Amino acid sequence: MNTPKELKYAKTHEWIREEDGLYVLGITDFAQDALGSLVFVNLPEVDDEFEAGDAFCDVESVKAVSDVMTPITGRVVEINEELLDAPELLNEDPYGAWIAKFEGEIEEELMDADEYEEFCENESEE
Amino acid sequence: MELIFEKSRPGRSHAYLPACDVPAYAFAKEYLREEAPALPEVSENDLARHYSALERRAFGVNNGFYPLGSCTMKYNPKVNEVTAALPGFTDVHPLQDADTVEGCLEVLDLTKKYLCEITGMDAMTLQPAAGAHGEFTGMMLIKRYHELRGEGEKRVKVIVPDSSHGTNPATGTMNGLQVVSIPSAADGSVDLDALRAAVGEDTAGLMLTNPNTLGIFDKNITEITKIIHEAGGLCYYDGANLNAVMGVVRPGDMGFDCIHLNLHKTFSTPHGGGGPGAGAVGCKEFLANYLPVDCSSAICEIPAESVGKVRSFQGNFLVVVRALTYLLSLGKEGVPASAKTAVLNANYLKALLADTYEMANPGLCMHEFVMTMEKEHKECGVSALDIAKGLLDEGMHAPTIYFPLIVHEALMAEPTETESPETIEAAAETFKKVYRAAMADPEAAHQWPVKAAISRPDEVTAARKPVLRWVKEEA
Repeated sequence: MNTPKELKYAKTHEWIREEDGLYVLGITDFAQDALGSLVFVNLPEVDDEFEAGDAFCDVESVKAVSDVMTPITGRVVEINEELLDAPELLNEDPYGAWIAKFEGEIEEELMDADEYEEFCENESEE
Repeated sequence: MELIFEKSRPGRSHAYLPACDVPAYAFAKEYLREEAPALPEVSENDLARHYSALERRAFGVNNGFYPLGSCTMKYNPKVNEVTAALPGFTDVHPLQDADTVEGCLEVLDLTKKYLCEITGMDAMTLQPAAGAHGEFTGMMLIKRYHELRGEGEKRVKVIVPDSSHGTNPATGTMNGLQVVSIPSAADGSVDLDALRAAVGEDTAGLMLTNPNTLGIFDKNITEITKIIHEAGGLCYYDGANLNAVMGVVRPGDMGFDCIHLNLHKTFSTPHGGGGPGAGAVGCKEFLANYLPVDCSSAICEIPAESVGKVRSFQGNFLVVVRALTYLLSLGKEGVPASAKTAVLNANYLKALLADTYEMANPGLCMHEFVMTMEKEHKECGVSALDIAKGLLDEGMHAPTIYFPLIVHEALMAEPTETESPETIEAAAETFKKVYRAAMADPEAAHQWPVKAAISRPDEVTAARKPVLRWVKEEA
C-alpha cells in the first residue's frame, strides 16, 4: 500500500493536501484498491458548499457506487474534470488524480501517514 | 454469434403484408425520411433459427433453478398467459369509450381492491411501469403531502438504511430530496439510536424494505414507523420483498403510509428481460388525492392536488391481467400459503448450506438469506464471483452477488415458493460441489465458467467504453 508521508488522511479514506491556501482532496490507494476498477465519477460543481462529513462526490465501480466524503466545511473552488472521461486515473494514480480543491476549514481530526496505515491494517482485520 | 443485422442480405426479406387496399395518403415532405431505414432482411427460416439460437444461449426460470436474491424469480403460471391473450384484453384501445371496455376496467378495479387488502392501503394506482418508477411515484406523494402543508421547503431529507436497494437513494435524489443513510445494527435491523439521531424537523420520510435485503423481518418495525411519524415524516414501504409476507402481515398495519409493489416479482408476471413490469403504488386515505390520475380519454383533467400522470393511460395493462389471474388462482388461502412456502424453502436451502457456506446472519431467515465468502477470499482468493461463475457451469443461475453492500463477498439466494424439496436439495448439492471444487483449485475457479456461451465478460471496459449500438461497416 502506498501512503505518501506529506499527506493527511481521513477515516473515510480520503487524502488531503494543503496547496496555496486551498485543500486538495482525493481517494487513497487503499480506497481505490478496495473499490476495484472505477468506471464513473460524479463530481461536485464549482461553488457547491459542503459541511465536514458530507458526501461531495461519488465513484462507481462495477460492483457498487460509493460516496467520497469531505472533512472540510467550505466551498469547492476547482474540480478535476479530467476524471469525467478517465475515471481509471483514480485507480492508476490515486495521489495524482485529485478530485476537488476546497476553501474552508478542516473540521475533522485527520491522521498522518503512519496513523493511517495502522488504521487501515485494523480495518482489514475486522 | 452473428447479429440479425449481420445476417441481413438485400432483398431476402419475406413479405407478409397484403397489398394496400385503402387510398394512399401523401405525407408532407418534411415528415418523410430520405433514406429507407436499415432494417435486417432475412428469410423466415433464418429469423426463426436466429431467435431459437438466442433462446438457447439465455437462461430463464423455465430452464432451471434461478435463486437470484431480491428478484423473486418465481415460476410464472401458464394460465396467466392464457388470460392475457384473451381477445377482450388484447383487441382494445385505450381511447375506447368506457362502456365498451367494462371488463378491462373491472380487472383494474378488482386488482386495486385485492392489492389494497393485501397491503393494508386505501387507494392504489397501477400506472407505474416498474419498481423504481413506483418508488419514484410513491415518494412524489410524500413530497406533495409536505408541500401542500407548507412544509416542502423545510422537509428535505429522506432516511434510507445502508442495507437498502440502490434504487431507494436514487429515488430520493431524483425527487430533489437529500438522502441520509443510516447504519444497520449488528443483526441487520435498523439501528434505532441512529434513526432517532437522524430524524428532525427536516425529515420528509423514511424508505424501508421489510423484510430487508438480509432476509430479516425488522422486529422493531412499529417503533421505527412511530419514530418517523413523531418527527412529522411519512413512511414508505419498498415492496420488493413482499413475497415473504403477502397475506400474512400488512405494511399498512406496520405503520407505512405509502408502498410500491413489483407485480412482476411478487405476483408472478414475467420479468428479467427488461420488462414490461408493473410497479403498483398504494397509499393511505390521506394521500389518495395526490395519486396519479388514470385517464381513459385523450384529454385528461388532472385535479390540482394530484402529482399528475406518470405514464400514459392505465400502465402495462396486460401485466395487471396476469397479476389478477395469479391472485384469483391462489385465492385468499393461497396467497399466505405461498408466502409461508417461500420462507420455508429459503430456510431449507439455508439449513442445507450452513455446514459449507458462512451465513451473514445465523438463525432463521425470511424469503432469502446472504452467505459470505469474505474469509475464503482473504485466505485463498476464492471470491463470491468465482462461486457464481461455477454455478453457471453446473446449469444453475447464480444468486445475487456483492449485494447487500454491507456484507463483503456476498452471495444472496432466494429460492421462492415454486421450487420442490427435490430441486432445493439438488441445488444445495450443486452449491457445495462448486464450493469444494473452488477451494481445491482456486486458480481454476478464476477461469469459470468454461461451459457457458460467454466466459467472463470484461465488465470494466464494458462500463468505461460501452458500445451500445451496432454500426454497419462501410464496404
